[in-house]
Amino acid sequence: MSLSILGARVIDPASGLDQVSDLHIDAGQIIAIGAAPAGFQAAQRIDAQGLVAAPGLVDLNVSLREPGYSRKGTINSETLAAAAGGVTSLCCPPQTKPVLDTTAVAELILDRAREAGHAKVFPLGAFSKGLAGEQLAELVALRDAGCVAFADGLGGFHNPRLLRRAMEYAATFDLTLVLHSQDPDLAAGGMAHEGALASFRGLAGIPETAETVALARNLLLVEQSGVRAHFTQLTTARGAQMIAEAQARGLPVTADVALYQLILTDEALEDFSSLYHVQPPLRSPADRDGLRAAVKSGVIQAIASHHQPHEADAKLAPFAATEPGISSVELLLPLALTLVQDGLLSLPELLARLSSGPASALRLPTGQLAIGRAADLVLFDPQASTLAGETWYSKGQNCPFLGHCLPGLVRYTLVDGQVRYQR
Amino acid sequence: MTPTDAKRPLQLNDQGQLRHFLSLDGLPRELLSELLETADSFLEVGARAVKKVPLLRGKTVCNVFFENSTRTRTTFELAAQRLSADVITLNVSTSSTSKGETLFDTLRNLEAMAADMFVVRHADSGAAHFIAEHVCPNVAVINGGDGRHGHPTQGMLDMLTIKRHKGGFENLSVAIVGDILHSRVARSDMLALKTLGCPDIRVIAPKTLLPVGIEQYGVRVFHNLAEGLKDVDVVIMLRLQKERMQGGLLPSEGEFYRLYGLTEQRLALAKPDAIVMHPGPINRGVEIESAVADGAQSVILNQVTYGIAIRMAVLSMAMSGQTAQRQAEQENA
Repeated sequence: MSLSILGARVIDPASGLDQVSDLHIDAGQIIAIGAAPAGFQAAQRIDAQGLVAAPGLVDLNVSLREPGYSRKGTINSETLAAAAGGVTSLCCPPQTKPVLDTTAVAELILDRAREAGHAKVFPLGAFSKGLAGEQLAELVALRDAGCVAFADGLGGFHNPRLLRRAMEYAATFDLTLVLHSQDPDLAAGGMAHEGALASFRGLAGIPETAETVALARNLLLVEQSGVRAHFTQLTTARGAQMIAEAQARGLPVTADVALYQLILTDEALEDFSSLYHVQPPLRSPADRDGLRAAVKSGVIQAIASHHQPHEADAKLAPFAATEPGISSVELLLPLALTLVQDGLLSLPELLARLSSGPASALRLPTGQLAIGRAADLVLFDPQASTLAGETWYSKGQNCPFLGHCLPGLVRYTLVDGQVRYQR
Repeated sequence: MTPTDAKRPLQLNDQGQLRHFLSLDGLPRELLSELLETADSFLEVGARAVKKVPLLRGKTVCNVFFENSTRTRTTFELAAQRLSADVITLNVSTSSTSKGETLFDTLRNLEAMAADMFVVRHADSGAAHFIAEHVCPNVAVINGGDGRHGHPTQGMLDMLTIKRHKGGFENLSVAIVGDILHSRVARSDMLALKTLGCPDIRVIAPKTLLPVGIEQYGVRVFHNLAEGLKDVDVVIMLRLQKERMQGGLLPSEGEFYRLYGLTEQRLALAKPDAIVMHPGPINRGVEIESAVADGAQSVILNQVTYGIAIRMAVLSMAMSGQTAQRQAEQENA
């Protein structure tokens, strides 16, 4: 099917393009930006005056919950929620039941995602079998089944000798690792950032060193093994600084941050609200500011939702007994636009952190608006606003932003030239 | 964008009266003083031949204890009985939860039995807040201890003890000694002392037993017991749990006693008329010497007596605030 998008402000961070123009799409690809090719007659036209056309957002961490936890979310519900948030490509972490450590689970996820058809899904395979941190998963078989990178979450290889070997094995085949860096011993029993607020509330703390100690070890082992590594879900200013130092000495590491971590701080735990229970935890205002600066400078090149939908019961208990996580992929674009509103980033800078930045971190074939590339894009109205929760597709209602009025409104999300979401 | 909503005073009704008693944080000085005065008037009830007043006649008070307790549970029972309430006590640690029932369901079931008030003790910080906010907002919820967060009735009975023995708070030096990190009593005491205007609050402990950022409570930190006790009017000792020897917090009970145990010799550094308090149960020879615990300066048993009066005051004030709120809401409906 052919389509022309007329009169949008077209922003492609990868090429630096930012101008009012037309986009022409045929057979799922962008065939022209500007004048239509001679003789091209689009079957469908979208009048996009006043809208921004940008690469579809690429979210490096969206828990789809299937298989195993369909009470929290399904591939269908969560990919639709992602499309509503402007996302066209997403990575799903391996914390499923069974764990994504076999090709069968990878195939199941990819089949269901294709069937749902709301967004492109790129699974992250388990780095270790059962995420137990003892034995390598069959990384090459998983890669061949479609896993784009390998992750262990907050568990994983704790023994440095095993971790070193595992990294060397992954490096052999040029695989990418997605590393969470939180030392499980230093974080043991903790549920909130170790600071005055947690002390006042009697919540066991997770110190900054839980992140920085693990990060230091991981960076050194990455350097030694030569493996491609992406550091995910940073929470501390000091951690971002360590990434900056590693990049400055030439280590090709990349990093992402959870969007909510750029907005919320541990001050939100004042009333013990379980909506703010996340792992790794919300940190101090100084940490948030440090992370924001690292996003601005590009040390952190990707912003992800780290979407974790839950059923109501998972949050209906005293703070310590609740499950961590925030459901937020559905608000990715409008929530991220608050960073532009706050003056932290320009719109093209923000879109880079949400599309080309994450895509290049994991070498995903998306995140750009260019002739010959897949027509994955989002059209949004920067002048309108989104009332969070007015529509809601995720099964997880565990979102502290519900009821807030956020800037910008996603109007169309297109995957391979097909309108997958429209409002 | 500021995503956190304006803080709602969960434990107060529209008139600013107590409707739950969850934490001393955010309660004004006038309310704490009123509690102390009310408790003072109830002390006389305990001295009567017939130890009853009819304030809670026809009301049902449910003690729901998810953690073991003797002193707190019994004094709450006595307090409710002296107010003429019907009292039920459930040790939930040994019943429903072992059958897989959630806190939410346990409380909802008790609410369905037309309970008017819950006294809750739970191992999780914020458990009482959770119940008051999400489970049974129309039942008065009294925090009988939640995790490390708070033990507000203990805090107030400690204040009553200090007030009765020292007359007030304005010119006092108070030292809290021992495992502050894990202590909900210490947290409630620090908040209460600060609100009531105590100018010199000291905490004395090794770094491993102090929470991060404790200075922000407005307290002075000492690591040396002798320095910290110098010229204080009140010494509050805390219980040291045996499990603290694991996890690298302390080398041994012996070394702790050597450094932080309250002996007669060390107590002599405080003012001559200083009082010694302890929330109990005490570990003789671990945090306190028997000669001190049983000595003339010890008011540890008085604390237990005052505990009943404080709990009577809390139960009656919260019940009246909750009833007023329910009536107001019914009239508006």
